[in-house]
Amino acid sequence: MSTARDVPETTGITEPPRATGLTEPPRSAGVTEPPDTPGDPAPAGGVATAGDRARPGDAVRWRRLSRRMLVIHPIQEVVRSAPALIGLLFAGSSQGGHGHIWSLVGLAVMLVVGTLRWFTTTYRVTPQYVQVRKGLIRRRVLTVPRDRIRTVDVTSHVMHRLLGLARVEVGTGRSDKKDGGALKLDALYAPEVDRLREELLHRRPAAATAPSPRRDAAAEPTTPRPTDQPDPLPVPGNEPGTEIELAALRPAWIRYGPFTMSGLVTAGVLAGFVSRIASEGNVDLLRIAPVRQVVDRVGHEALWLQVAGAVAALAVFVAVASTFGYVLAFWRFRLTRTSGGTLHVTRGLITTRATTLEERRLRGIEVSEPLLLRASGGARLIAVATGLRVGHGAQRGGSMLLPPAPREEAVTVATRVLGTSGPVTAELVPHGRAALRRRFTRALAVCGAVTAVLLGLWRWAGLPAWTWQAALLVTVAALPVAADRYRSLGHTIVAGHLVTRWGTLVRRRVALDREGIIGWNIRRSFFQRRAGLATLTATTAAGRQGYSVWDVDLGEALHIADRAIPGLLAPFLLRAGQPSDGMDPDPGTDPIVTSPGA
Amino acid sequence: MWFWGVRAAVGWLALIAVQVAWLFIDDGDRGPHVWALAVTVVLAVSHVTVMPWWRYRVHRWETTADAVYTQSGWLRQEWRIAPISRIQTVDSERGPLEQLFGLANVTVTTASAAGPLRVHGLDRSTAQRLVDELTESTQATTGDAT
Repeated sequence: MSTARDVPETTGITEPPRATGLTEPPRSAGVTEPPDTPGDPAPAGGVATAGDRARPGDAVRWRRLSRRMLVIHPIQEVVRSAPALIGLLFAGSSQGGHGHIWSLVGLAVMLVVGTLRWFTTTYRVTPQYVQVRKGLIRRRVLTVPRDRIRTVDVTSHVMHRLLGLARVEVGTGRSDKKDGGALKLDALYAPEVDRLREELLHRRPAAATAPSPRRDAAAEPTTPRPTDQPDPLPVPGNEPGTEIELAALRPAWIRYGPFTMSGLVTAGVLAGFVSRIASEGNVDLLRIAPVRQVVDRVGHEALWLQVAGAVAALAVFVAVASTFGYVLAFWRFRLTRTSGGTLHVTRGLITTRATTLEERRLRGIEVSEPLLLRASGGARLIAVATGLRVGHGAQRGGSMLLPPAPREEAVTVATRVLGTSGPVTAELVPHGRAALRRRFTRALAVCGAVTAVLLGLWRWAGLPAWTWQAALLVTVAALPVAADRYRSLGHTIVAGHLVTRWGTLVRRRVALDREGIIGWNIRRSFFQRRAGLATLTATTAAGRQGYSVWDVDLGEALHIADRAIPGLLAPFLLRAGQPSDGMDPDPGTDPIVTSPGA
Repeated sequence: MWFWGVRAAVGWLALIAVQVAWLFIDDGDRGPHVWALAVTVVLAVSHVTVMPWWRYRVHRWETTADAVYTQSGWLRQEWRIAPISRIQTVDSERGPLEQLFGLANVTVTTASAAGPLRVHGLDRSTAQRLVDELTESTQATTGDAT
């Protein structure tokens, strides 16, 4: 399924008649045009009506990005190429050459390139498509059919906010991770962004194959109501702008900030940055006075004190950085449901971010509890929706429905989002003794084997003794982990959702809508077969693409699958037979039964 | 079945060849090399003899009016089911070895990246028939299958 296409301009399917009469005001054109932005040239849209009839959408004028991007683009380009420019400066000067001149030339080139981006990028919204044209040397037209738009993501960084701009990213449901799935507009005026979002998600054409531009034109976009007053009930109909608040950040939640561990990444990045600067710039860190003092003082202490001190310092740093990260990312967090059938998330202190997600693309919800957060009674919510990426960090992927918050709050919000509390509160069916045994044998077998190998190496190959001692410690530590992993396991089917829970470092409880399940994988390793267990994976187009019920009894696995999608497995199940080989194909009823092989 | 055997054998032969070459190039202590080679050969022989039989016994596939079902693997076995209504693409492919044996693989993908169904080692006409059938029944259903 390809929803975003790269169309070479020569074969551009909806190439606009650019040079035709640009005299008509846009009123007669097919689509409601937002009023022109202050910086734009005079309203020169609306092309001849003949083209309108031939193909609705051809008539729509190409719009440019905000003119203020003439300021931002060059700065962005320069910042992006700053390492190269600095390198050029150093490299040139060190050989007594004209490094500074070359770096100035590079700077100028980057400024020109940045400026050109504004001139080469245009976009338009037709009744059927959203199109972006860009590129100077390699011209590209990105076309996204409007009925495939699943999310609209609005980000504005510091510079954008200073100038009142925002970047728009239109997400389609591309499951493959290739670049180019999303269509980006960097950047537009904030009011125009709001209009665009309303237009894209709340006023979609009735049918993509039979668009009715006249009707579209008739229905002027209603101005959004003040969002501060949440309505008690969703107003049925197509009226955009009515919002119900499902969740909003409370300052008390910031106490969960230190437990998110996001600061660990910051610490890593910072450490990498410092070491790189030090090595490239030939700076000896020990020569910096404060650093030397600290190192000198600590150097006299005992080794375990040094280690403990380093760990404590790191922990404090990570906690502080995590809290800052939490505030930066989630300040003024609001989750609202609009009457147009979308969920809307806004958040951010300096860089603001707004994600709009169609509710009919929502396939479920994930309650995720990283270990530390779980210990402090917190949880966060992640949307399981088609067209939202996960695995790139839920914060960046835009699928976060609730930042780390008290568990009860997460349950409440999940209940409001799903419209039923069952999937997040119902008791889960534990996975039985065999699964428990398997957790322990796995933990002990792996750790024990590593310990044995290290012990052998220490005995015969002269490896230091602490390696196997450490491995032994890990083995002991693995026992409670195994027990906790077992406690995490659970599944049930409630209120039309398949619910599964697993994991100990990050315990996740996923409620997946039955409608969203598009197949089953049942995996059984050699040892699982011996224990009579199976891992049942419900495949889906949303979220992680597949959600597993781990190490469940085979009969139970088939039972779940059969209950979740009645009838799908029926032809393959032998109900009277032994459950262990119940899925052997039944030759009597099938159109084709063939064995592979030559 | 022979196909799997040959495919596995080719892989193992490459590894053994590398080890033999190493044995001759390296002038130092040859003991560990000989041992490693012996272990490799034993593993290879058992793999090549056992795996194809095992796979042949496990691998099954089936289509009904509503669903496609495959069963594959040997040590780690996997059963996969997808409803016809959720099928996105049906591909058939033949690698060089498959061509030698006159076989083809059929891959059925859904909108989920987690669940492509693969039917390995069908003879060519059966594969063609399967692809045609699935294409036809997939066309009959509507919706965007997500």
